[in-house]
Amino acid sequence: MNKTRIRVLVGKPGLDGHDRGAKVIARMLRDAGMEVIYSGLHQTPEQIVEAAIQEDVDLIGVSVLSGAHMTIFPRIKELLKEQNAEDILLMGGGTIPEEDIVSLIEAGHAEALFTPGATSTEIVSWIKSKLESSKEDVV
Amino acid sequence: MSKEVLDQWIARSFEQDRRATAKLISWVEDDIERAHIMRSVLKKTGQKMVVGITGPPGAGKSSLVEALTKLYRARDERVGIVAVDPSSPYTGGAILGDRIRMQAHGTDRDVFIRSMGTRGHLGGVTRSTSDVLRILEGGGYGRLLLETVGVGQSELEIMQMADTVVVVLNPGTGDGIQAIKAGIMEVADVFVVNKADLPGADRMKNDIEMMLNLNGDTRPWRPPVVLTSVITETGVESLYEKIEAHQCYMLESGQRDERRKERLRQEVWRHWEDKMRALYEIVWEEAREERVILHQDDPYQLAQMLWEERFKGG
Ligand code: B12
Ligand SMILES: Nc1nc2c(ncn2[C@@H]2O[C@H](COP(=O)(O)OP(=O)(O)O)[C@@H](O)[C@H]2O)c(=O)[nH]1
Ligand SMILES: [Mg+2]
Repeated sequence: MNKTRIRVLVGKPGLDGHDRGAKVIARMLRDAGMEVIYSGLHQTPEQIVEAAIQEDVDLIGVSVLSGAHMTIFPRIKELLKEQNAEDILLMGGGTIPEEDIVSLIEAGHAEALFTPGATSTEIVSWIKSKLESSKEDVV
Repeated sequence: MSKEVLDQWIARSFEQDRRATAKLISWVEDDIERAHIMRSVLKKTGQKMVVGITGPPGAGKSSLVEALTKLYRARDERVGIVAVDPSSPYTGGAILGDRIRMQAHGTDRDVFIRSMGTRGHLGGVTRSTSDVLRILEGGGYGRLLLETVGVGQSELEIMQMADTVVVVLNPGTGDGIQAIKAGIMEVADVFVVNKADLPGADRMKNDIEMMLNLNGDTRPWRPPVVLTSVITETGVESLYEKIEAHQCYMLESGQRDERRKERLRQEVWRHWEDKMRALYEIVWEEAREERVILHQDDPYQLAQMLWEERFKGG
């Protein structure tokens, strides 16, 4: 039996054109052995969730540097719930103030959020610790 | 996961539940209950034809897939798309970016797009690809499109999954020459010169026509050469029609069944190949442990000897 591979959808919601971070994350996760579906700029939350379902990803990663994080994360979570796809985890990053991070995480609107300067080790080891145990259960 | 639970997922996929279809694809790709899943799926599928779209990176394959999808949707057909990109040979990871150019159907539930990495094993990709296409067919997607980067042998192999192979090239790039080198010319059923809004498209078309003339006019299907531009939205209708014409030709001439038989032959061989490889490892280990023969290093002689011991001896 093959080892199941971690699949992640990386997308940029809204009109935010700052895609450098998203691209950095996509390469980072590829280099850690994951399959990254990069869906590019200007995604609606609906597009992101539909893509996540079709691609059967373990995890959605969105990059938000526009300040719209307080609406985007809750909306994606809400859509995942509507689709009975709450098992898909949601993480993100970008310029998000500390107090917003605390309130988003506490409300369950995201599983993890990373800010400028977050390292590959931090991000990759968070994903692996969160996912690898649950993946083994399936097999 | 129990067989009962698995069968429920399979049934849900047949009832057009997208989540279930997506799960089946993952399990087959990860080799979880693959034979069981495919036995159910193959019983129900195999009728729909696959259009394969290949060509160099950046030629506009994804853009054309999106443009064709628009035409199929206008005719109310459901579209299943598989886009294969290479995995990194070092980490096994991959960045799968074909969805970037397929956003127009991003929330259309009658279009299912699935990105796949080649995951580094030749032959294995090809088998997964064909299984994934059949799962999509089982999930109710009647139009099946397969995009791969046409650069190497493995990609050519993937293209054998298709009933119609569309090769996409660009003007003024030397793509034609590269395509000949890669052996793509032989597998093409339809040529597309995309980015016809750029200079040199007509010349490229002439070059391809000339090359087809060199091959002689004896072939019953002469691959047409279509000029398209996704930017100015020209030629896509014409491409659509050529694909239809080719599929009619495949059905009427019996070529479709021929290709299918050939595909089956190769697929069975791939299964054998896996078994043979596993058997060989055992044979080799035994020979290494038990005997000194491995000190002689004539591979011709060794191969012959081990083969005969295994398959001809008592
Ligand atoms: C470079 C830059 C630009 C470039 C963008 C180039 C590009 N293609 O990306 C350009 C010059 C085009 C630009 C334009 C603008 N920018 Co600008 N820009 C920046 C700047 C200086 C750096 C961003 C960057 O690329 N960082 C490098 C990357 C690697 O870091 P990162 O994205 O933060 O990612 C890291 C983490 O956040 C995290 N992460 C990020 N995403 C994700 C996702 C996941 C899944 C995970 C796990 C982690 C993660 O991990 C990464 C690695 O550590 C920031 C300031 C800053 N300090 O962030 C402003 C900044 C983002 N820009 C800003 C603004 C206002 C603009 C403009 C509106 C300016 C204007 N008035 O025209 C325009 C808007 C453009 C648009 N269409 O959206 C503001 C945003 C304010 C806000 N949030 O409310 C900032 C914060 C500057 C500021 N202090 O005012 N910008
Ligand atoms: N000028 C022009 N550019 C095109 C055309 N079709 C696609 N492109 C661009 O070519 C690039 C690659 O397209 P994509 O569909 O991703 O190519 P793929 O790698 O073959 O799938 C993108 O920037 C497209 O916008 C076309 O007909 N004309
Ligand atoms: Mg592509």
